[in-house]
Amino acid sequence: MSSRLINWFKFSSPATFYPLAHKIWLVATIIAVVLIAIGLYMSFFVAPTDYKQGEGYRIIFVHVPASWMSMFIYVVMACWAALGLVFNTRLSAMMAQALAPTGAMFAFLSLWTGAFWGKPMWGTWWVWDARITSELILLFLYLGYMALRSSIDDPRRGDRASAILLIVGVVNIPIIYYSVKWWNTLHQGSTIKLNEESSMDDTMLLAMLIMTLGFWAYSIATAMSRVRSVILERERSSTWVKQMIAEER
Amino acid sequence: MPEALDMGKHALYVWGSFGATALFMIAEPLLLRSRAKAARKRIARMARLEQENDQ
Repeated sequence: MSSRLINWFKFSSPATFYPLAHKIWLVATIIAVVLIAIGLYMSFFVAPTDYKQGEGYRIIFVHVPASWMSMFIYVVMACWAALGLVFNTRLSAMMAQALAPTGAMFAFLSLWTGAFWGKPMWGTWWVWDARITSELILLFLYLGYMALRSSIDDPRRGDRASAILLIVGVVNIPIIYYSVKWWNTLHQGSTIKLNEESSMDDTMLLAMLIMTLGFWAYSIATAMSRVRSVILERERSSTWVKQMIAEER
Repeated sequence: MPEALDMGKHALYVWGSFGATALFMIAEPLLLRSRAKAARKRIARMARLEQENDQ
């Protein structure tokens, strides 16, 4: 047990994690490209036309994965932030920092694709209902986290202050998730329910799940790629970084 | 164009969604690549300057 713990802590050092992040990036990129290619093929060539919404429903294949990732990435960031506060490990804060832009991008895409779905189905690009408003707040939380972190000159202080914002903001995640249940929203209810069978056609569901896994792998790949840059930028004065770059040249 | 890609009256909405998603998900990895390059360049330049100062 104790040897396992030591192994985990070994990887909390940026110097040890840096080469590992490259390996994870490579594997995640390959998985993302393959899954998204299969997912896109299924989205257009395999999944049937919806009897009610026609071809317009196909937006679901990017809307739902983007929305799920926007919420999931936030929770993962908050976990890293909490780990960073408890164990005071530098890498935890770097991981949260590396995930934020990708999470913000998915929150934006969730709203964008939602607007493009809402217009033909509801007749409006935007409505202030609970689901959509709470997703907008999620986007603001991402942007607020990034702005707060970069506005504090001392990176370690910035890490701590922004970690608290991240943890407090987690309260918004169940609000987004359950908003369609708690309030009477224009947004439809959950397509996939945890305790009930899905109301979707099997091929539609499969295409959506494959796209989600593809987006998941994509997020891992971009987080690994970004954390390597963050490590270089923040550890640029350390001997191991200087040595590594000198050896590369 | 294959028939499966004909989105009919929903073309603007479907391609507007998939297009924006593709744009972002292609741009982000490219931006990350140039960020990594810039970081390496900066560190190498700093090392060169330090060396020059030492001499």
